[in-house]
Amino acid sequence: MSFPWAKQYEPKSPLMKWVDSRLPLPRFVYGAIGGGYPVPRNLNYFWNFGVLAGMFLAIQIVTGIVLAMHYAANAGIAFDSVEHIMRDVNAGWFIRYAHANGASLFLMVVYIHIARGLWYGSYKAPREMVWLLGVVIFLLMMATAFMGYVLPWGQMSFWGAQVITGFFSAIPVVGEPIRVWLLGGFAPDNAALNRFFSLHYLLPFVIAGVVVLHIWALHIPGSNNPTGVEVKDEQDTVPFHPYYTAKDGVGVGVALLVYCALIFYAPNLLGHPDNYIPANPLSTPAHIVPEWYFLPFYAILKSFTVDFIMSAKLWGVLAMFGSILLLFFLPWLDSSPVRSANYRPTYKWFLLVLLVDVLVLGYVGGAAPTPGVILIGQFATAYYFLHFLVILPIVSAMERPRPLPNSITEAVLAGKGGTSPLQTAAAE
Amino acid sequence: MVRIGGILVGLGFVFALFLGIIDTFSNGLTTPKTVEQEFHKHAEAPEGGFTFTGMFGTYDKRQLQRGMQVYKEVCAACHSLRLVSFRDLAALGYSEGQIKTIAKGFQVPSINPETGEPATRDGMAADRFPSPYANEVAARAANNNAIPPDLSLMAKARHDGPNYIYSLLTGYQAQPAELLKKYPEAKTPEGLHYNPYFHTLNIAMAAPLKDGQVTYSDGTAATTKNYAADVAAFLTWTAEPKMEARKSAGLAVLLFLVVFCFLAYGAKKQIWRNVKD
Repeated sequence: MSFPWAKQYEPKSPLMKWVDSRLPLPRFVYGAIGGGYPVPRNLNYFWNFGVLAGMFLAIQIVTGIVLAMHYAANAGIAFDSVEHIMRDVNAGWFIRYAHANGASLFLMVVYIHIARGLWYGSYKAPREMVWLLGVVIFLLMMATAFMGYVLPWGQMSFWGAQVITGFFSAIPVVGEPIRVWLLGGFAPDNAALNRFFSLHYLLPFVIAGVVVLHIWALHIPGSNNPTGVEVKDEQDTVPFHPYYTAKDGVGVGVALLVYCALIFYAPNLLGHPDNYIPANPLSTPAHIVPEWYFLPFYAILKSFTVDFIMSAKLWGVLAMFGSILLLFFLPWLDSSPVRSANYRPTYKWFLLVLLVDVLVLGYVGGAAPTPGVILIGQFATAYYFLHFLVILPIVSAMERPRPLPNSITEAVLAGKGGTSPLQTAAAE
Repeated sequence: MVRIGGILVGLGFVFALFLGIIDTFSNGLTTPKTVEQEFHKHAEAPEGGFTFTGMFGTYDKRQLQRGMQVYKEVCAACHSLRLVSFRDLAALGYSEGQIKTIAKGFQVPSINPETGEPATRDGMAADRFPSPYANEVAARAANNNAIPPDLSLMAKARHDGPNYIYSLLTGYQAQPAELLKKYPEAKTPEGLHYNPYFHTLNIAMAAPLKDGQVTYSDGTAATTKNYAADVAAFLTWTAEPKMEARKSAGLAVLLFLVVFCFLAYGAKKQIWRNVKD
């Protein structure tokens, strides 16, 4: 693990020597996120987002535990218990807004983290396991976020749960019994709310566990970097602490600034007004939409409108899950030996189109389904699948990459060490 | 193998989408506008706007008190405020004695201590604003089968809530002749009332406010527009009672974080001074 020139932990005080010889936990931390982890010197600010995701996971766990002290997971009083937090609990409004907006920021940060991985080829050998564990974390986050949104038991909570668990009923024959079994009833009710709360409390700790594996797997080959060229010797790296702790500090400050601007000045901007109406099984909202971070996947679901062998609904559900599951195959779909898109003249344009395409899907997922919007969604969904499953394998086999620098240091000295996608696009 | 399988799966999805695209085209890309799409209006702010908008906006306590008076004398006849306690009114500048008097003006459900029969008693500061109806059936029976919704969270439960409440309360009008000409079947049904700010254009509630209905003691003109703006402000407070604490805490937090960002950036520059990245 790690590089031969990595510094070893040397306890100075007698106490730390005593601890280190009995339980080398300080040594472990030093090697993981301290001076003992050599990191490429050319990481740009896109490499802040892993630490930021960890920070938001911690924020969500802390605020969530406090909320759970005041929240009541019972369909009869859940809505009012949330309002009790907002009105009567000391600083309860702050804790709740911090948790609700923390979920949005967590997902936002993770989307940028994933996009970073796509651009710089961080999913490729020898970091496949880091990527696979990352996709697992993403799936767990989506499940946790969905179940958390159900807990306030407002209109969108209830109808969102109704729609999402309805996916299972698309499975032929056994679908409906599975749905009823998952919900503990024929429609979302107290049984569903209780188990969602239980799982919503459990899964973040599962995520934290997988995050440990994710970081462990990362430390075997070490961090990727904007050139995608492997570390060759000591001058290519700097110790994580103090260099990247300081650089991450800047990212932490900016992320908290955005986060707190939302909490204190626009706490309901990313929510839906209907969730301030108590859940009512007899009144369907005009527009059922998920939270913003699920909109691209919701658009994929809605784009399949024609029965063909399978029902359109089953196509939509398979495509929606498939759009995430295909990420598990990404390291093997992309056969190009070059990691960074900065050196892939053809592929990088397709990747830029994909990033825009996902934003278009997000818009389509939230818009009223007029024929024009549906059509845009269908083309955008088609590109999503074409990109990963058809274009990427073909382009990676045919493309002639630009010459790579011999080492990270060479690229840095030429002023091209930390090139970001924006700079690459601007240089064209 | 993975790549060949991937290409086949990908083409499968794309073929299903292709059929969908053909279907979308063959159904036509234009749909006729519905009457709601054509005549629904977005909420508008009252003249001069509200005092609580923007980063430094605060509630105008006198306006909230007027709004509370409108609620008490008009809205409370049908609408509850079940999440708000009388004691919360202290935030509007009422004294303890005034709050007790206001609470006394409401009858809350209770139990006769002698017989155990359902009864009512005078409200107390710790009580919530009660519903004027004993239950949902009674509410429906009294209102042509429509339930008057609870108003505690109304300002957050509608898009652009405060302006929506103001626009809805001042938006009652005769159905436009143009609408009836174009959509004769959309004539407002018996028992409903035309209001372009309501999502279906026809609302069960009759116009609740008229000029001179409530007598203000602070000299504010007794107009429907003032009533509507005042009650919208009051309902914004009932929905978000901690707004002022939130904004003032936010200012301190943001100032702290801006300083933090500069310090963090300076620290980063200092630490990296000898390393080119």
